[in-house]
Amino acid sequence: MKRAFPILAVLTAILLSYALYEALMVAPTERTMGDVQRIFYYHVPSAWTAFLLFFTNLVASVVYLIRRNPVADAVAVVTAEVGVVFCTVVLVTGPIWARPVWGIWWTWDVRLTSTLVLWLIYVSYLILRRFSDSAQTPVLAAALAVFGALDVPLVYFSIWFFRTQHPQPVIGGGGSIDPRMLRVLMINWLAFSCFAFLICWSRYRLERLRREVEEAQALESLLGSGDVSTKATVPPNRSRQ
Amino acid sequence: MNSLKYLYAAYIATWLIHAVYLGSMVRSYTRLRQQLKELGNGEK
Repeated sequence: MKRAFPILAVLTAILLSYALYEALMVAPTERTMGDVQRIFYYHVPSAWTAFLLFFTNLVASVVYLIRRNPVADAVAVVTAEVGVVFCTVVLVTGPIWARPVWGIWWTWDVRLTSTLVLWLIYVSYLILRRFSDSAQTPVLAAALAVFGALDVPLVYFSIWFFRTQHPQPVIGGGGSIDPRMLRVLMINWLAFSCFAFLICWSRYRLERLRREVEEAQALESLLGSGDVSTKATVPPNRSRQ
Repeated sequence: MNSLKYLYAAYIATWLIHAVYLGSMVRSYTRLRQQLKELGNGEK
């Protein structure tokens, strides 16, 4: 396992470089928007990756609520945090694309607003994890994650069901895409998914280390107070960001 | 449409966001290793 990480990291770096080359050099230039359309190769894969991470967060949260499994709780924290990072990329690259194409940075339409709400929900989740000291925090956070995940399909399907300024979906919706562009899009999504997996892996190790430190601190404070007959009572699922 | 500056801005912003996050993870890791080391020394 220790050797798998550097190997995967090198492969991901190569894949990301190749995906960047494809996006900038190989993908055809869009007729009306020009080169700014190439933002699409970072914006859309980042959004899909964020959705995937939030879905994983939902599954891990449900597992935690049912079984109180600390590993599921750690996976939930990790995927929420990395998902917020990818969602931030979406919220930053979207307006940068919109400015030259729409003439405005932002508009309060359904897709954009629901994406911002999604980001705010998961930022709230992370704030709850970071600042709440209650032993019930993982349960509350898991419940919040379940409700937060309800916004993901709303974001995804908002451009199917509502009139919106956002472009139509390129796959499965009313929009269409050049096969060469679709190929570059999929390469970028694969690259960003591998990158997200690597970050989650590192962040999971960090989370385990954090819990180890917390348990060691709790044990030390118990020993320091002379209460050696009591076992360390820090719940194994307690975490702080 | 002179859009290259927006294209570069978007790509740079993407990697900047990831770099800041990875940097914060490295800082947390260093701090936690140090704390664990100190706790280990305290027990001895």
